[in-house]
Amino acid sequence: MNWLLSKVEELSGENLYACYQCGKCSAGCPMVNEMDLLPNQVILLVIRGDESVVDTKTPWVCAQCYQCGVRCPKNVDITKIMEALRLIKLRQNIDHIKLEKVKKNLPQIALVSATRKYTG
Amino acid sequence: MKMVRIYIMGKEYRVPEGLTIMKAMEYAGYRYIRGSGCRAGFCGACATVYRKEGEYKLHADLACQTTVEDGMYLVQLPFTPANKAIYDLEKIRVDDKTLVNFYPEIARCVSCNTCTKACPQELDVMDYIQASLRGDVAKAAELSFDCIQCGLCAMRCPAEIAHYHVAQLARRLYGKYIAPRAKHLEKRVKEIEEGKFDKDMKKMMKMSIEELRKLYNARDIEPEEEV
Amino acid sequence: MQPVNILGDKMEIAYYPGCTLKTNAKEFEETAIKVFEKLGVRLKEINKWYCCGTVYSLATDNLMYRLAAIRNLIRAKEEGYDKLVTLCSICYNTLKQTNLMAKEDEDAMYKINSFMDEEPDYDGSVEVLHPLQILNEMMDEVKAKVKKPLDKKYAAYYGCLLLRPKEVAIDEYENPSVMERLIEALGGSAVDFPLKNECCGSYNVACNKEAVIDANYRIITNARKNGAEAIVTSCPLCHFNLKEIQKEVKKAYPDFVGLPVYYFTEIMAMAFGVKK
Repeated sequence: MNWLLSKVEELSGENLYACYQCGKCSAGCPMVNEMDLLPNQVILLVIRGDESVVDTKTPWVCAQCYQCGVRCPKNVDITKIMEALRLIKLRQNIDHIKLEKVKKNLPQIALVSATRKYTG
Repeated sequence: MKMVRIYIMGKEYRVPEGLTIMKAMEYAGYRYIRGSGCRAGFCGACATVYRKEGEYKLHADLACQTTVEDGMYLVQLPFTPANKAIYDLEKIRVDDKTLVNFYPEIARCVSCNTCTKACPQELDVMDYIQASLRGDVAKAAELSFDCIQCGLCAMRCPAEIAHYHVAQLARRLYGKYIAPRAKHLEKRVKEIEEGKFDKDMKKMMKMSIEELRKLYNARDIEPEEEV
Repeated sequence: MQPVNILGDKMEIAYYPGCTLKTNAKEFEETAIKVFEKLGVRLKEINKWYCCGTVYSLATDNLMYRLAAIRNLIRAKEEGYDKLVTLCSICYNTLKQTNLMAKEDEDAMYKINSFMDEEPDYDGSVEVLHPLQILNEMMDEVKAKVKKPLDKKYAAYYGCLLLRPKEVAIDEYENPSVMERLIEALGGSAVDFPLKNECCGSYNVACNKEAVIDANYRIITNARKNGAEAIVTSCPLCHFNLKEIQKEVKKAYPDFVGLPVYYFTEIMAMAFGVKK
């Protein structure tokens, strides 16, 4: 097993090999228009050990709405896989945003959520 | 004299029991150039961290206020790097976003409470950061009132917050915009400016020390008001 | 009055506000407290609380981000409550998921309880509820309190976190209806629309606003095409993303026509004739 796959499985607790690439996750994803890689393609690339996946837009655009996970016929919670990919970056102390540059006067809930998902 | 063993930056020293950490370090031959100020627990310059033998806990205290114990592993933290927001108090407004706009990193607080555990002043540091996050400036000012800005909270925070700077802004905003104006003070200043006390002052200027002392001892003292 | 099963014999419930209810969403809190008072249920704010630690961290080993929620549940328990209600969908989701973990994951709770050595151990015994679950059992009482029946067509927008993951859903997760029933009970007409449980883009608003602008356009346009004259929601972030940025949506999509956005407690207050 490649390190990326084993890391993602460890962080997410999900079995990526269960995915049979039906694409239902991508069909239901509300953020899919903003993504450069479809959620099901993300799974495929992680299985192949393609590390470029952590530098795509997809995990960062994911809004953790759980739509993919609840609709997956194989019960793969893709939401958790996206989180794992974010954390691989964030835990290397590489933040996705510069907090100081974030727009002022956002509701607290938006800012707190953004710090959780975009800063390590 | 009973001696205790302490370790300063890993090197063992024997120092007399009962000394403060600060005095013990001086006894051991260290000279404070930075990291020492009032020596009375008020200035916050002598932040120190230590562990005790056989304990996992990392303690944080002021070196001038804490007595050495046998088997203490010590190091001083004379300075905490922390950015302070630049603002003109006359120009900023106070609302429920002011603190979080200047210090957005408070949104990273995970409520681990490590700051509170590190505070030598025993303040509810996490609580005032949480109050700051939800825009409760008055509460943040009140809870942080006794902060001496030693920086230990900021050094221990996993969210990399500079708590004491946030608190200082909260207290400044509170003082300028939220605390009720002291009407009696304004009235008195006006009376002074209008010359109400000029005559009495002139009279006192001519008095002897003895007469002044008598006058002072016989003065009216207002009862302290409950705040 | 019929007893409400979900509350047992108590008509007071611990209330966790969350940061945004004290700032952007003050009107949500104010109207909620008032309309529940009308229904005989007291939302009692717990004395001490912290940011809920949103949004729920998903990594198996990320227990640090769950401390805040556990601490809040401990505060509620300390004050003698076994149920806790919260208005904000995101706080609800975070507290609810964390409490499920507390009930199910002994190993995680051992670590969390050991780390928080200044707190009493927590065992998952505070049930987290959303006010819509209480209202779901009180539709007759709601009807009885209506003074000025609503006369518009409202689209109930649920967003994601009241419904997903399945384990925390307050209603049927693909086709919820509790808010529609509430709208009808208040005299309004409920408009069904396909995007009622599609995400608004959430925290993307902090650094990827275009995504939220697109989502806003899709959701509001879809609601409008189905006949809605207003949107009703339960989430301060959905509220912000659907309401506050409509001007920017208009700029990006000239054909866009906005809609007013309300919290469900605001339309209740209107129908009950409760002054804001």
